[in-house]
Amino acid sequence: MFELIGIPPQALFGQLLLGLINGAFYAVLSLGLALIFGLLNIINFTHGAQYMMGAFVAWLMLRYAGIGYWPSLIVAPVVVAVVGIVIERLLLRRLYHLDHLYGLLLTFGLALIIEGTFRQIYGISGQPYAIPKELSGGYDLGFMFLPTYRAWVVLASLAACLGTWLLIEKTRLGAYLRAGTENATLVRAFGVNVPVMVTLTYGFGVALAAFAGVLAAPIYSVNPLMGSNLIIVVFAVVVIGGMGSILGSVITGYALGLIEGLTKVFYPEASSTVIFIIMAIVLLIKPAGLFGRAT
Amino acid sequence: MRLYWIALAVAAVAAVFAPTVLYPVFLMKALCFALFACAFNLLLGYVGLLSFGHAAFFGFAAYATGHAAKVWGWNPEFAVLAGTAVATGLGLAFGALAIRRQGIYFAMITLALAQMVYFFSLQAPFTHGEDGIQAIPRGELFGLFDLRNTETMYFFVLAVFAGGLWLIWRTVHSPFGQVLKAIRENEQRAVSLGYKVDHYKLTAFVMSAALSGLAGSVKALVFQLASLTDVHWHTSGEVVLMTLLGGMGTVLGPVVGAFLVVTVQNYFATFGAWVTIIQGVIFVVVVLLFRRGIVGELNALWLRLRRRSVPAATTPPAAARPGVEPAAHEPPPRKRRVGEGS
Repeated sequence: MFELIGIPPQALFGQLLLGLINGAFYAVLSLGLALIFGLLNIINFTHGAQYMMGAFVAWLMLRYAGIGYWPSLIVAPVVVAVVGIVIERLLLRRLYHLDHLYGLLLTFGLALIIEGTFRQIYGISGQPYAIPKELSGGYDLGFMFLPTYRAWVVLASLAACLGTWLLIEKTRLGAYLRAGTENATLVRAFGVNVPVMVTLTYGFGVALAAFAGVLAAPIYSVNPLMGSNLIIVVFAVVVIGGMGSILGSVITGYALGLIEGLTKVFYPEASSTVIFIIMAIVLLIKPAGLFGRAT
Repeated sequence: MRLYWIALAVAAVAAVFAPTVLYPVFLMKALCFALFACAFNLLLGYVGLLSFGHAAFFGFAAYATGHAAKVWGWNPEFAVLAGTAVATGLGLAFGALAIRRQGIYFAMITLALAQMVYFFSLQAPFTHGEDGIQAIPRGELFGLFDLRNTETMYFFVLAVFAGGLWLIWRTVHSPFGQVLKAIRENEQRAVSLGYKVDHYKLTAFVMSAALSGLAGSVKALVFQLASLTDVHWHTSGEVVLMTLLGGMGTVLGPVVGAFLVVTVQNYFATFGAWVTIIQGVIFVVVVLLFRRGIVGELNALWLRLRRRSVPAATTPPAAARPGVEPAAHEPPPRKRRVGEGS
């Protein structure tokens, strides 16, 4: 086998694939965050906990109701979205007239409650979730081994991102949403029910997080803390990309995942900090973020 | 004004005799976190900047102090200074980056930078990873006071706390502090008046980081331990909670909040994740029901009572008074900012 700059290709492509998968999660999560921020002006700190809830709902359904992976992929996001909608209606709604930071503080508190509750019930050790048999196994590509499930994760997240993009850019509902992001009062004056739209947007953003959680369940073990460390990295991704454009947050997510994977190959010590370092550099050069608008 | 001096005297007497009633280590822990929360409040309550990464200054200063005292054998005063200096440097770097964005982005950037410090602490050899720096010697302060004696240690912590609080009080009530409040109320206006807003923000950030570092350094000596818990984002969240619960934008609020949160931690320490759940509930309740915090609400109540007893003509309008929200039937002039109300 040949070698690339002293690195065996299996290791290189293996890490790149891992990076791509991390990037897939970054993209879906930061997409949800950007959607919610656009209309609600709230940074949803509960996003990581909701991602974790998605994985847990899938696991619970399999364990106690025998409902498998494929139905979970739809049902779990819906369940978590309903919980999210209740949160928006009962709690978040009361804060829209205040400084946005209160929304951050409230959702931070909610994240602590959700994570604490799951930790209290299920402990911090991970629960295994088997890969569905249709997606087990893999392909030998010659230069590397490609597990089917990992390929599926990348494809599914790409599909979710593309679907969201089409929904927002090409449909009437999406047009309302974009208009609402620009000027909610004016859209309301035209007779669009903005409060319902806000609720649905929050639900949709949360559902995306839960969808990522179900995708992650067979790869990472399902545990109550799986979301909290991830969400901080996603915050950095959002700062780097800027929350101005949907495509921007998707591209930034994938690109940073790949960069992280490459760092694991060439300088593993920095792999957990490289995204934060990139964030610092971006802040120095282009404070509004790569795709952001100056505010 | 006389009331303040009486209250201060009572507090001083209570602080001196407290270790005879309460467990001294608990008091020292609460005092360290109180100073930490006050330092944090300087930024949130008086400049309106919400940092979600203050654990980095607190925890990394603890590591620096521990390393200086244990490996280099420095005296406690120099070890604490070393920790504070490291936190100051870190604060300068992080502050310069973070003030380039405002509001929610500021919070996310500080959180991300602090997470970087966490990962660094996890990997760097001198922090000893999961074990942390253990058995940090307390040593003798100025070569005179033996800090291994718990009582002496308590008075050292008390002195540091009082000094830190005094410094914050002086800063807030100085012309510099007035400019900070002006930035909190209306940043554009402050810019248009010719203030170099970024300089003021950065100075406040560095001060806040340095005092947080001081608190962390002393904490490392109290527990003789510097660990990953101190740099974790959870600690950053706790200091936000202390300030919010006690009352941001009040000098004493964070102290009250810190004592309450540390008490909750001590009582529920053996109940697993319950501490986290309770902290989350407090966050939600405070944000929804009393955003001014305990001290802020008491202040407002006190002013309302006094206004009733004094003829109306001599009192300024409610909106102009500290700690008083405009009455509910008046339309709010604009969105209320975090930390407003003092």
